[in-house]
Amino acid sequence: MAEAFLELRDVKTHFPVEQGILFRRRLGTVKAVDGVSLALPKGEILGLVGESGCGKSTLGRTIMQLIPATSGEVVLGGVNLTRLSRTELRAARSRFQMIFQDPYASLNPRMTVFDALAEAIRTHQPVTPRQMPERVGELMARVGLSPRFVNKYPHEFSGGQRQRIAIARALAVEPELLIADEPVSALDVSIQAQIINLLAKLSREMHLTMIFISHDLSVVKHICHRIAVMYLGRIVELGAAADVFERPLHPYTKSLVSAVPIPDPQRERLRQRIVLTGDPPSPISPPSGCPFHPRCPFAVADCARIVPRLEPFDRGQEAACIRMREINQENIQHPTNGNGGGLTTDGHG
Amino acid sequence: MNASPSSALLSVSNLRTSFYTRNGVVRAVNGVSFSLGKGETLGIVGESGSGKSVTCYSLMRLIPQPPGKIESGSALFDGIDLLTAPEELLRRIRGKRISMIFQDPMTSLNPYLRIEDQLIEPLLIHERMPRAEAVKRGIRALEEVGVPDAARRIRGYPHEFSGGMRQRVMIAMALITRPELLIADEPTTALDVTVQAQILELVKRLQQELGMAVIWITHDLGVVAGFCQRVLVMYAGRIVESASTERLFARPKHPYTRALQSSIPALQSKGAELYTIPGLPPDLSKPLPGCPFVPRCAFAEEHCKQPVELMEVEPSHHSACLRVQRGEIQL
Repeated sequence: MAEAFLELRDVKTHFPVEQGILFRRRLGTVKAVDGVSLALPKGEILGLVGESGCGKSTLGRTIMQLIPATSGEVVLGGVNLTRLSRTELRAARSRFQMIFQDPYASLNPRMTVFDALAEAIRTHQPVTPRQMPERVGELMARVGLSPRFVNKYPHEFSGGQRQRIAIARALAVEPELLIADEPVSALDVSIQAQIINLLAKLSREMHLTMIFISHDLSVVKHICHRIAVMYLGRIVELGAAADVFERPLHPYTKSLVSAVPIPDPQRERLRQRIVLTGDPPSPISPPSGCPFHPRCPFAVADCARIVPRLEPFDRGQEAACIRMREINQENIQHPTNGNGGGLTTDGHG
Repeated sequence: MNASPSSALLSVSNLRTSFYTRNGVVRAVNGVSFSLGKGETLGIVGESGSGKSVTCYSLMRLIPQPPGKIESGSALFDGIDLLTAPEELLRRIRGKRISMIFQDPMTSLNPYLRIEDQLIEPLLIHERMPRAEAVKRGIRALEEVGVPDAARRIRGYPHEFSGGMRQRVMIAMALITRPELLIADEPTTALDVTVQAQILELVKRLQQELGMAVIWITHDLGVVAGFCQRVLVMYAGRIVESASTERLFARPKHPYTRALQSSIPALQSKGAELYTIPGLPPDLSKPLPGCPFVPRCAFAEEHCKQPVELMEVEPSHHSACLRVQRGEIQL
């Protein structure tokens, strides 16, 4: 396995829930991220999926150091980000950048494209005013924006073009890690395709490591090497994108995959669907044992008692379910492959 | 056009809706005709600005006028023209025989009123039912859509419900008067896929029980594939293709439909470059004499700039592509 470029070690992000203005009482804790460990080799695109409220965006923001981790470590290229002082962190920020769902909200409406990009370039390295137009032009070309837009304001662009500007701004500091939080969810299908192609191209050309947060499994499957599935603050399944999608191990992943509508009427009508009942439970008072057991069609008495850990299955795919082997009998392979347990990513591109 | 007039529950012809804005007249819906049989499920797909929502809002006369204006057309629902019927008559149809659910359940529920008061309002108004009886039916309606502990939760306020639960409340409210037609405007777009699957199963089941017709507006071809019998594809305020779901997916007859299919990751092999439609949708405040898709179309030729109508190119399969109509291209 390639050496980890980004490593999360038992990261927890908890928020206190308080009530009252003068006498604040602590009512409980929301465990938005509750013990996540992950290792990404350089150049990998990891998809982070789950329902709303599962903690995927909080995890992204915790890695970005926008929300302090309650405990655990975030190590990027050998540097433990959680230990840095404010000034050190500021300097380190050029190594990791983030793009968001709504590009309009993340661009200053009073700055032209040139101003917005020039500002980002200057924070990273000194560039003389004479050189600046060339640098801005390079950046715009890289994300597929025509240089004639250089003096326009954000409101003059369509959603897809705005997302390109946001991506250009993130790339201005030449980051090594890019966290994309639902970058295509607000865009129309045809525009989504453009942004997905762009992100895939950039990751190849710049050797970017990327965390792609999305609730859209088919997008994630398309662009990512590996997928991590989150439920109530924990990773419940991790594996190569095609494996997780085509051979989900965890009951939650099974239901998630079966809920994705397939744009093909014949396949859609034949498939078996596992329809979950109810909503995800409240993260303030999560269920005992496996947090998924109240909604799980495979749950047994032990599931309410034992907190499952991620355990390897094969081909680097792992899941946190005590019945994993039992319920995936048909998938157990007899010893033919020599690559069990190791973290692997399928070929780049 | 597609269903024979005798069996049609709703028959829309030549609907045109414009908005008079500072930047000119935006022709949001430009000559839309379709019909819908009793108990049928029709999907309307298109990207933002294609006119799919405005079409349905026009049918319900929910377009703010001004700036909007229904320029022409008729929409016969059981012999009544919804576009010209007196307001009084329309009020007895809306919320009773035709119901609508919207994308964002939070903005369509009043945050100051208990669920109970909002849920049973149609029964009090349309059926003049005594309150106690209406509340009982309200609780049953919530149970039907899968709201747990309905007798207690009916006393709650909208903010106490999750997004999926609110959408269930909206569906319960829309269906409480047993309508003949349900118009759903992207009701699952803001929800998680797991909750979306629950809502789709729910509407399917209720549709079978009540025998109602459904118009499902969406941009998600996946939802259409599993849920609708027939599909209209809209682009720039017009219907560019209409067919049964099977036919539309198996053998699309308009380059726009084809392009949409090719840009969905779910249908492409992993990691392959996705097809992208070049350019942007047209500015609807400018006149568009010919096919509106010409500037972005991979098959366009000079003669595509002449006016084109939706025509039957195969039995029950309509396309508004001149080249397909002439048999010049196979998609």
